[in-house]
Amino acid sequence: MDNYPVLIVVAPLLAALFAGLAVWIEERLSYPIALTGLAISVFSAFNVLMQVITSGPIQYRMAGWAPPMGIEYRIDLLNAMVLLMVSGIGLLNLVASYKSVKQETYDRAPSFYIVYLLFMTGLLGVTATGDLFNLYVLIEITSLTSYAMVAMGDRDRGPLASLNYVFIGVIGASFYLLGVGYLYMQTGSLNMADVAIILQSHQGSSIVLTAFILCIIGLWIKMAFFPMHVWLPNAYSYSPIAFARVVAPLMTKVMVYVMIRLMITVFGLDYIFKSPFFADAVVWLASVAIIFGAVMALAQKNLKKMLTYIIVCEIGYMVGGAWMGNQLGMTGAILHILNDALMTFAMFLAVGNIVYKLKDVELSNLTGLFGKMPWTMAGFVLAAFSIIGVPPTCGFFSKWYLILGAFEKGAYHFAAALVISSLICAVLFFRVFEICFFSPPSENSGHKESHSHVAMAEAPISMLIVSGFVSLSLIVVGLYSGTIVNTIIIPFLK
Amino acid sequence: MTDLLPLIVAKYNYWLYVILMMIGLYAMIAKNNLIKKVVGMNIFQTAIILFYVSIGYKKDATIPIIQNAHGGHDAHAAVIHAIDYINPLPHVLMLTAIVVSVATFGVAMALAVRIYQRYQTLEEDELRMRLSE
Repeated sequence: MDNYPVLIVVAPLLAALFAGLAVWIEERLSYPIALTGLAISVFSAFNVLMQVITSGPIQYRMAGWAPPMGIEYRIDLLNAMVLLMVSGIGLLNLVASYKSVKQETYDRAPSFYIVYLLFMTGLLGVTATGDLFNLYVLIEITSLTSYAMVAMGDRDRGPLASLNYVFIGVIGASFYLLGVGYLYMQTGSLNMADVAIILQSHQGSSIVLTAFILCIIGLWIKMAFFPMHVWLPNAYSYSPIAFARVVAPLMTKVMVYVMIRLMITVFGLDYIFKSPFFADAVVWLASVAIIFGAVMALAQKNLKKMLTYIIVCEIGYMVGGAWMGNQLGMTGAILHILNDALMTFAMFLAVGNIVYKLKDVELSNLTGLFGKMPWTMAGFVLAAFSIIGVPPTCGFFSKWYLILGAFEKGAYHFAAALVISSLICAVLFFRVFEICFFSPPSENSGHKESHSHVAMAEAPISMLIVSGFVSLSLIVVGLYSGTIVNTIIIPFLK
Repeated sequence: MTDLLPLIVAKYNYWLYVILMMIGLYAMIAKNNLIKKVVGMNIFQTAIILFYVSIGYKKDATIPIIQNAHGGHDAHAAVIHAIDYINPLPHVLMLTAIVVSVATFGVAMALAVRIYQRYQTLEEDELRMRLSE
């Protein structure tokens, strides 16, 4: 089949349409339709990845129009990996979401699934497309759906957090759009590969420099890179947990992917690293972002808020690695896209299970959780180890590449920031473990009868299976990270 | 100073879009009322649409519709020079961007309604007071 590349994106889109229509007949139909759509998407993404590994990049022309005029999907090794990651996490989260959607947004479950499918369409489209303007439109689809989702969450704070997210999101997307406008002024083209060829003869142009800075700043706002991160913690922690589980690992990571795509494919690394000053400044900023995210995470009293600040910290890792300007740093950044998506997902799955049982995840309420939810906490511990960077889990390997890259460039502050933030994460998670393990359960909630200390109250089995599967995959991906680097990342960077 | 004025006059369309954009940004940051902020956001997006529209324009060019293309008298004789027509592509792109900005505007308004229903106010300082209670 030649149509796999477009099927990845179109399957969830059509599923959203059919799920919307099916609600008129029977509300319960929307869930199986959503599952089918995303399953087709995962299957196609897997096939595309295999095809790309064996026979090189795929160019898919929409409706047969040739590239500079028509819109093109260009899928190479990096895309294919991110596509499989995005669609896989989307599907797994949908499996885990059935119960928590029923609990949290009981009256709006069909609309949740429809918006969820559109969100996945946007993310997959952003990853697959090879056209700059198409990318803008798909980023906006992703953002619009996530505004709606955030507003569906916490009934008091959700709409307000969402509106602030709208303002910042619009500024980010508009900056990107302006950058594309300047690129179009200089090149007269919107196709990434075509623009890259034309740009080679306009290296010194100030229009290109303006375009580059505008695009990158727009994307930084969208990915919540340090000074532009203010929208993220509120928006993610007040959204429904079924959505937080997917937006936290995917949204920011896909934006990092877009940044790397623009850097490598459109502007070219030679252009970006010609003057070392800018890149050095960005790496410094990334170091500050890492330390800031870690310290802010340490200050939080709510588990969800704490994790959102860890996302800010991880974004610093990836941006810093990508701007290191050497192959090791870039390898680390790309590997960290995959690893961080997986470990954030595993973390939020565990948190989702806890939310399902406890409703609120203030750290002081987590007492006695190891006794109450042993399987969930096992997943939580694995994900925490991966975020800290304990060797057999995948988080260690990408951090290793990032540190090697930092040493090769001589950016010792970045390596130091990485190590310090890992230590802070260790303190952070061991504090959570301590509360969950050693503090006696239900001490302050005196209205409960005192006989119930070790009664097990686990989350539903569907959520546990997904959580266990993803947590184990952290170790598997960690063990096979050499294979991933050698078959996907190194050939891509060559 | 003498060099600056011709520069501004020659590129007045860019200056106009920058000024509009800054007005929008100012409203989004400084205004206290959420609806005013939403309107500022819309001005911000409109400024970018104007920027795109202006980059498609050429001096002494006409709209990109070929006269007599469907069997006029001199349909075959007329040679088409691209320079006689303004560039339609940025305008077409902006149709999509307008759709996006309308959708964002709608979502933002809907959120404002939800906030009003919950707190009976759209003033940001009052909201902050209610939240900190």
